[in-house]
This record gives sequence, C-alpha cells and structure tokens, in this order.
Amino acid sequence: MAADIISTVEFNYSGDLLATGDKGGRVVIFQHEQESKNRPHLRGEYNVYSTFQSHEPEFDYLKSLEIEEKINKIRWLPQQNAAHFLLSTNDKTIKLWKISERDKRAEGYNLKDEDGRLRDPFRITSLRVPVLMPMDLMVEASPRRIFANAHTYHINSISVNSDHETYLSADDLRINLWHLEITDRSFNIVDIKPANMEELTEVITAAECHPHQCNVFVYSSSKGTIRLCDMRAAALCDRHSKFFEEPEDPSSRSFFSEIISSISDVKFSHSGRYMMTRDYLSVKVWDLNMENRPVETYQVHEYLRSKLCSLYENDCIFDKFECCWNGSDSAIMTGSYNNFFRMFDRNTRRDITLEASRESSKPRATLKPRKVSTGGKRKKDEISVDSLDFNKKILHTAWHPKDNVIAVAATNNLYIFQDKIN
Amino acid sequence: MFPKGTKRKFSDSGEEAVCGGGGGGDQGPSAAPAPSPSPAAARTLSSSYSLQRQSLLDMSLIKLQLCHMLVEPNLCRSVLIANTVRQIQEEMTQDGTWQIMTQALAAAQCPADRLVATEVLCRQTEAAAQEGYHSEEVVMDGDAEAEVAMSSLSPVSPQLSSASYLAGADSRTGEQVFGTFEIKHPAPPSDPALEELFSDVDPSYYDLDTVLTGMQSTPKMGPYDLLESLSSHGPTALSSSTTCRSDLNELDHIMEIIVGS
Repeated sequence: MAADIISTVEFNYSGDLLATGDKGGRVVIFQHEQESKNRPHLRGEYNVYSTFQSHEPEFDYLKSLEIEEKINKIRWLPQQNAAHFLLSTNDKTIKLWKISERDKRAEGYNLKDEDGRLRDPFRITSLRVPVLMPMDLMVEASPRRIFANAHTYHINSISVNSDHETYLSADDLRINLWHLEITDRSFNIVDIKPANMEELTEVITAAECHPHQCNVFVYSSSKGTIRLCDMRAAALCDRHSKFFEEPEDPSSRSFFSEIISSISDVKFSHSGRYMMTRDYLSVKVWDLNMENRPVETYQVHEYLRSKLCSLYENDCIFDKFECCWNGSDSAIMTGSYNNFFRMFDRNTRRDITLEASRESSKPRATLKPRKVSTGGKRKKDEISVDSLDFNKKILHTAWHPKDNVIAVAATNNLYIFQDKIN
Repeated sequence: MFPKGTKRKFSDSGEEAVCGGGGGGDQGPSAAPAPSPSPAAARTLSSSYSLQRQSLLDMSLIKLQLCHMLVEPNLCRSVLIANTVRQIQEEMTQDGTWQIMTQALAAAQCPADRLVATEVLCRQTEAAAQEGYHSEEVVMDGDAEAEVAMSSLSPVSPQLSSASYLAGADSRTGEQVFGTFEIKHPAPPSDPALEELFSDVDPSYYDLDTVLTGMQSTPKMGPYDLLESLSSHGPTALSSSTTCRSDLNELDHIMEIIVGS
C-alpha cells in the first residue's frame, strides 16, 4: 500500500520511544520493552505503543490542488512530565501531539451509571466519591496545538530549539520561528524569495537549531551551501554569520554538478561542534569553525557518478537522503539504493554497507556486509551496479541517542537493528 | 514519469562525455572535451557530445513541462532542472550553437511543427498533447538516423524540436514552474524592461485553466531570447494563442447571455 510508505523516523530523547510517520498521514510510535529478566543478554524489543492519524488530506480551493497528508518530519520535545509530546508536519501544517497513558479509570460516578447512561438526578439519594480502579493500559494521542497558514511553500524541516519553548519550521523559501504555546502567529526569520520569481535559482532544503545555543541555527540550500545564522544579530536573519561551501572540483564538473551538490539533510552533532550534510553522492562533516571546506568527506555510492544521466532521467537524482549521528558522534549513517545503508566510523575510517531486507536478515541473525562491485570482475556475493534496485531506497534512518540501536525505513517496512552484547 | 518519445541512444560509457567523466577514468570512444568555458572558435565539439547535450536539454524541458501537470510540483526539483537548462543554454551560447539554433528557427518554414509543439505546451486536450509528443518522437527518431549519416552537425531538425519547447517554455517556464506556487498575493506589476512572469496583474491568472494554458498574455520575451525571432517570423504561433483567446472571449460572451448579467 502506497499509504504505508514510511516518510520519517525519529527516536525521542531517551531512546525509549521511536516514532514513524507515513505517506498516509499516520504516526506509529514504538516503545522499547524492558529487558526480560530471563535473558538479560538480549536487549528488549520495540513494540507498537500508539498509532494515530496525524494529518488528513486537505484541498486548497484557490489553487485547486490537494495538500498531501504525508508526514514530512517528526520531532520529539524533551520530556517534562509523564506525557510525551511530539511535533509532526506535512507540507503546510505542523501539529503538536500529546501522547499520554491511562491505566486507571474512575468508577462510582454520581451522575451516570457504570455503562455511561445518565442517571435521573431526582433518583440520587446519596453521594459517593468516585474511586480510581486499575484498567488495561491505554495510550491516547491528542492534538494540543495546530500551527497552520504560515507556509506558502512545502515544509521540509522542523527543529525544536534548545530553550524548549520555540521551534523553527522551514519551507523552500522561508523559515519561521514559533513559540510552542502560540499558534496564531510566527516570526519569519529567513526569507530568500526573490521579488521576481523568475530569478529564483536557489531554495532552502533543510534547517536545524543548534543543540545547545538557542540563538543559532543552520539552513542548507540546493546549491550545496550552508548558512549559519544568529538570531541575536537581527530580526530577519537574511545575512548569515557563517557561510559553508566547498569549492568545486573543476575536473569533475558536469551539467549535473549542481544537482548532486544540493544538500538533502543537515544535522548537528550531539556535541554541537560539528555538523553533517548529505548531498547525492556523499556525506560531509563540517567543523563549525571552518567554513571553506568540510573536515571529513565520506563517499556513499561513488559508483553512481557515471550513471548520473540515467538517474536524472528516472528522477532518482532528486532523491533526498537523510543522515544521522550516533550518540557519541563517533559514527554516522545514511541510506542508499537496493535497501542498502552505510555506516562510517569517524575514528577508524572504516565503513560498512548493510542491507535492510527480509530475505537477507532473519531476526537475531547478524547482518552480513554487502559490497557493490565497481567494474571489472565481480566477486561472488558482490552485486553489480546495474543490478541495483533503484526503487528500493533508504531515505530515512535514525540512531538511538545512547545505545547502538538503529532504525532503518525501507519503503513501507521498518527495521530495527541492535548490537549484540557479548 | 518520462514519456517514451525520446529514446536514449547512448550507453552509459558514452554518457561520460556529458557527465564530465567518472573522476579521470577512460572516456571511451566517444571522448569529448570536458565542458569548460573556452572560446567557441578554439573548441571542437564532437557530434556525440553535442547530441547528448541536446538530448539532456530536451529531457530537461520535458521535465519542466511535466512539472506543472502534477498535483503540486516540487519547487526544489523545478529549480534544479531550470538551472540545468540555463547551464546548457549558456554553454551553447558560448560555442555558438545557440546562435545557429535561433537562426535556423527563424529561417525554418515549419509552422505545423511549431503549432503542434505549442499545443503541447498549451495542453488544450489530451489528444493534442499526445499528438505533440508523437510528433516530437518522430522528429527525434528521424534526426538521430540522419545524424549518423551526416558527417557534420545539422542544426535544423534536432534543434527545432527543443526550440519549439523553448518557444513556449521561455515565456512560460518561469510562470508555469514557479507561478503555480504562488497563492493569495497578486503579482506586482513589473517594469516593462523586465522579462515575463507576473508582468501583468491579470485576474485571469487565478483561473487555473489560463495558468496552465498560458493564455493570459501574448508570449513575451524570455531569457533565451528565442521567441523574439520566432514571433517576428512566425505569426502562426501568436495567432494560435490569439485564436484561443478569442474563443475564450466568445465563451464569456455566451455565458453572459445565458446568465443574463
């Protein structure tokens, strides 16, 4: 079912909960089960905790266009009480959802019977205090805020600020800052829309708040640049504080150079010292203090460079891959085609390609590293570039904030892999 | 996603010419110089590179056209494709190929082809659109075979097909691609020296039909400067839209009578 295609994956701050959003506007939350006492060497599993319909398709009557209900991004809020809060967004509207547990219910109401029927008030002769009785656990999701009508273009990013009071939302041309309590207005902090739309040559592709400095955020563009902005400098952050761009390599210039340089995702490291960007063929790690080039570059699938014309023709060149850091910032992960995903160890410089598919991995079995043969003789167990399935793309991955547990979305299947404790 | 009309004739090794090579690897038999700015006179264009570039241009223009046929087009993708088209156009201008194409178009006597192609852009009926694509297919196939036979690059036929896309595309690319993203705010009136897009504050803009068919104004000059020569020598293109406009006016008139307003 097309509506089941997973469009976003996100762990919460503790890693206890994992949320997925799909093309049909649904959010499914998984919860980490406690380790069983019988088998302490195995981590607990993730089981479905809550499912709810976050967004419905809407119709824009002025443009005669349907607004997709697909969930573009989910971001959790830090937990402040027993309930959990998350922001979910489609192309136009952001919603704040409260997910709370209910494991008790009141019994012994005065004005209604146990089955809910209202009692005749004249028949009531005595009053009693309702008593809380345990019940089966129920998880309820309710929309607490709806932030709408602030984006003319498609929202591609939302990011919660470190002050836990505000968050930003970015579309192709603008970035807005919201207060979580206020839904009827937002502050526009970046606007790159030209006066004449014909002059448009660059769009915003992703944005994120700095993990510790609540006045700092970054946004990436379709031209492969990243701008870091300081909200203290001006109300409208059209002038950046820092501008990150790697000079182009003239020897590999082609008509596709700009397209493959377009950044599809930007993520700060947990430390806040680095940021990572994903473009079509590589992942780059940038030191925030060095603007003229990245400190590390990792090739995700360089064997695709000679296939760019075909990938342009079938539109795969426009696929937006995400990337993520592990909890200690020592490793990074991103997806590729054929249900492959790649992990890079920043210290040892080793990398690994793994496959997320039912055929190649049984539960509790160790994943086998995969390899794509890049020409010449193909070794046994290798797969040739021409055999890759470009419909099986892993665009969304997430890494547990503390443990070595990863979530990988392969079309409409979610895979959760974890390290075995030996 | 991509109409079957334009065939890809080159193997991926041949693509390396257009794709800039795979990082210094062998270029293959159809080696072409890497696309770097250099005086047109000093540069020898291989026929294969030029064809590949043309094919890329045509593919990009088709993608831009298809853009506005989707439910809600992706602005990022549209911008990237439009930038690619601009890059190709810049390079073709530098090596003089663009000039040849515009001259060939001006001299060409194929009103039927242009009409059909602009009907594709106008998207009046499904049948017309189909016909447009088929005619494009015929032109492309015929040209490819002709190319193999001829030793020198013939600018007329293969360029004509993409040029006719450009004819409509140049004045309408911006507004078709980016215009449908606008909601609520009417376009500010622009200085007449500025080209195309939102240059008229026209309430018919909000009518989806007129946006898609681009009937709201007579074709204006675009960044490719192609339509200027086209309109000066090809009154048929203009008249096709004028005819459509008079049809719409007539329809309005009839509606007024019926409604009695």
